Amino acid sequence: MSQSVLKPFKAIKYLFATPKTLRYPFELKEPALRYRGFHVNDWETCTGCGNCADICPNQAIEMIEIPELVSEPGKTNKRPRIDYGRCCFCGLCIDICPPGSLKLTRDYFHIHFDPETFVFVPKDEQTEPGKYFPSDEYSVLKASLSHRRKDYDGFVSDLKYSLFDPERVPMPVVPPEERILSFIEHIIGYDREEARKEAARCLECRLCEEACPAHLKISDYIHAIFEDKPEESLKKIYEDNPIPSICGRVCMAHCEKACSLSIRGEALSIRWLKRYAADTVKDFKTALELHPGPPTGKKVAVIGAGPGGLSVAYFLRLNGYEVKVYDALPGGGGTMRTGPPAYRLPLESIDRDVDYICSLGVEFFFNTRVGKDVLFEDLLKENDAVFLGTGYTRSRSTQVKNYEKCELALAFLADTKIGKPSKVGREIIVIGGGNVALDVAREAIRLQHIQYPGEKTVVKTVSLEDWDEMPATEEEIREAREEHIQFHPAWGPKEVVVDESGKITGLQCRKVKSVFNEQGRFAPTFHEDKEMFMEGDMIIEAIGQVPDFSFIPEALFNKLEFTERKKLRVDENGMTSISRVFAGGDIVNTNMDAVTAIADAKIAAQGISRYLAGETVSA
Amino acid sequence: MRELELYFGPQHLGMVGNFSITLQVEGDRIVKATANPGFLHRGFEKLMEQRTWIQNFPLVCRINVVEPDHMELMYAMAVEKLAGIEVPERAQFIRSIYLELARVGSHLFGLWAYANMLGFDTVANWAMYHRDLILDLFEELTGGRVYHIYLWPGGVRRDFPEGFEDRIRSTLHTIGSCVPDYDDTFFHNRLFYERAHEVGKLSLEEACRMGAVGQVLRATGMKKDIRKTEPYAAYDQVDWEIPVRTDGDAYSRIWVVRDEMIESVHMIFKLLDKLPKGEAYQRIPNPFKWKIPENEVYVRCESSRGELGLYLVSEGGDKPCRAHFRTPSYSHGLTILEKALENESIADVGNIMISLYITAPEIDR
Repeated sequence: MSQSVLKPFKAIKYLFATPKTLRYPFELKEPALRYRGFHVNDWETCTGCGNCADICPNQAIEMIEIPELVSEPGKTNKRPRIDYGRCCFCGLCIDICPPGSLKLTRDYFHIHFDPETFVFVPKDEQTEPGKYFPSDEYSVLKASLSHRRKDYDGFVSDLKYSLFDPERVPMPVVPPEERILSFIEHIIGYDREEARKEAARCLECRLCEEACPAHLKISDYIHAIFEDKPEESLKKIYEDNPIPSICGRVCMAHCEKACSLSIRGEALSIRWLKRYAADTVKDFKTALELHPGPPTGKKVAVIGAGPGGLSVAYFLRLNGYEVKVYDALPGGGGTMRTGPPAYRLPLESIDRDVDYICSLGVEFFFNTRVGKDVLFEDLLKENDAVFLGTGYTRSRSTQVKNYEKCELALAFLADTKIGKPSKVGREIIVIGGGNVALDVAREAIRLQHIQYPGEKTVVKTVSLEDWDEMPATEEEIREAREEHIQFHPAWGPKEVVVDESGKITGLQCRKVKSVFNEQGRFAPTFHEDKEMFMEGDMIIEAIGQVPDFSFIPEALFNKLEFTERKKLRVDENGMTSISRVFAGGDIVNTNMDAVTAIADAKIAAQGISRYLAGETVSA
Repeated sequence: MRELELYFGPQHLGMVGNFSITLQVEGDRIVKATANPGFLHRGFEKLMEQRTWIQNFPLVCRINVVEPDHMELMYAMAVEKLAGIEVPERAQFIRSIYLELARVGSHLFGLWAYANMLGFDTVANWAMYHRDLILDLFEELTGGRVYHIYLWPGGVRRDFPEGFEDRIRSTLHTIGSCVPDYDDTFFHNRLFYERAHEVGKLSLEEACRMGAVGQVLRATGMKKDIRKTEPYAAYDQVDWEIPVRTDGDAYSRIWVVRDEMIESVHMIFKLLDKLPKGEAYQRIPNPFKWKIPENEVYVRCESSRGELGLYLVSEGGDKPCRAHFRTPSYSHGLTILEKALENESIADVGNIMISLYITAPEIDR
């Protein structure tokens, strides 16, 4: 090894090299594109879910209420506030942010006399103009949290590397070609492993609970499923919802629309997880350990055993009331019994929920039509309060020429599910674009395959609305298309065409110009010159439903007040304008679904309790 | 002659880091040296018990300021082993490249400290500048210059940005092209030889007995490296050599560091050539619901100062029940340092200490 005392002097050559030191602040070094500097937050997309605050290892983030923002389903008025005295710029908050609104920028200078300015609510260029400057106007000498650079994103969220899982555990389904041959339930349901895996995706931000009309404790029951305690989960569900087997299948799942995972990925399968809890627990009675409260001696009659009626009966029974439920159908469930086809909601599932409520001591009177078998006045006389949960039970008709030749949706659905299925045609036209119309179409295609096996048959739907306005859910449309149901959106029926013998030969349609007027009200207009003839030998009208109040004597009915949207007017206790008469469900709310009926029932049950305890003055 | 007791550090100018040595001297000969750790105790291992599995990531890297990356690796490997998480192949390669960059950066930092201590300021400044070039690479890859928080369980936090491989190559070429200058000015400098040769000497038998690891052990002739004996990441995918010297003095130790840096650079080139395509991250469970089954693991790796280990225990909860790091500086800074300082002159305390590559944050944690 050759050591030298002279060679080191070769380093002298560096005296003539360009210096490497930057002459700051005249020479600046641009931070890297992924630099983890100060935060920005897009207030438009931020949901205020608080996941950033939950994951922060230094408790540097606090969610603070912003008075000028309004909370709405799926969005709170809270926004993160960051304490730069604690923040370590690790970026965990970025990787957990479901909407990806929170970002780190490449700015890293803040010089200020006031330590309070280090506690900072990040906004972005849009929400906070005047604090962000393009690079030619930016001066590093003024650099601070209120003098920052425009378009200077650094470390941003990347779905591929996010800390949450944007993808659902796929739900096993019966393939379309197999399921259209029978009424077999086509959603198979999660097994234990799948359910736990799906439940593990929940971030527990509770945005869903605000969005749910009945405010179920969703995060808690999902957490119990994750912990492999379906009984605990069911207990949590039963605190707010006594019909989990039904809701676990047909709920409109307002919660999933609010789920923070749904913003950039797929929402948590909250509905299917509820179904998992209800289906896994074999014996509700031992699992739930619920008992009716001490008897109050008060009696309540419930008219209609639909979701609203069942729920109000359940809540009141738990409070010790004597509850009698009257329904014209041979079993419980109301519209749930007749409407949703068996492949979505089998009768056994409905009966499980009804049987449990029955086991708590609620008395059911089925096949009993109020107004005929028992009089409304008598119920009002015999009971301390009456709850109306009669729903929308009559189909509306298009009233076009020869409309009386058509079948009506609700009757068709009821016959198929609990009666004798009608003889269907080979070429069926369903008028309507909502979920009921698609239920009808999908039931019709199954009946065709049963009644004409191997033959060429077809089901078509005609709707006023175009694809983008169609009221049916996306899921329902996708499944219907998988089953080869033909869609004819933006066509309106003009006339039912019949031959000399009075048999239907088809439907004359007109092209729709627009469905809604400028105020957003339903007021369809048509192109008079664009017409189409659609062949068919059977037409089913599924364009909406109306309530039936014929059971209420006229004198009393006249006392009932209605809103401008033709809904029963109720007060904050769920009481109608007739004293002691409460109401809920489709006849009251505009959502017209099961879970909103449960929400109404909760209000009414509390209202009835308060009223009968003498806490409120009669209307 | 009269015996004196001297305090070397933590305020002493010759001390690097928050560390102190009590010296009993006779003239300028050291009779006995006693290491005094404890100035940098931050309670990391206890803090880790109070944070969730994911929240510990920004924490572990801070245990060792000089080289956070191997701390990240240890924690990621331990969690992966506890939770049974597979790491994609590409992520393994990225990890190796990243860790070797960290090793070069850390060695350059060490070289700065050592050269500075001996008064070779020119070389020290070069080393600091070249380390900065590596920090630039880290900044581009991870968004942070010093604390990268990049090794996640399940892989790495982000894939290489577009064209990053070429920038690694060109940066390493820039640094590599200066190796002759480093050699002429420092490694082959007679003054360096005179200052370091036969200083702080350690025999192979002593090194083994006192738990020496890393280049301290390799400078005494033992060919041992965890990357060879228990390969992790992608170290078994490429050929490389373990540099060894036999004298066991400060001079050998610094030469091993130099050779290791060059071997690491060669290894990075080989790894880059073989870098497979595919995913760089296997998604970990939802951090808010992440519970790891009850178990305990011990994992180890070869950090730039030697064998680094982590004992991690899970009680089935969302937080570790116990974490304990076995760090190389612990044995180097306490037992070996005391032995190596015996009979040396006061002027060589810093020389020996830095040649043993002692970093105070590793001892205290």
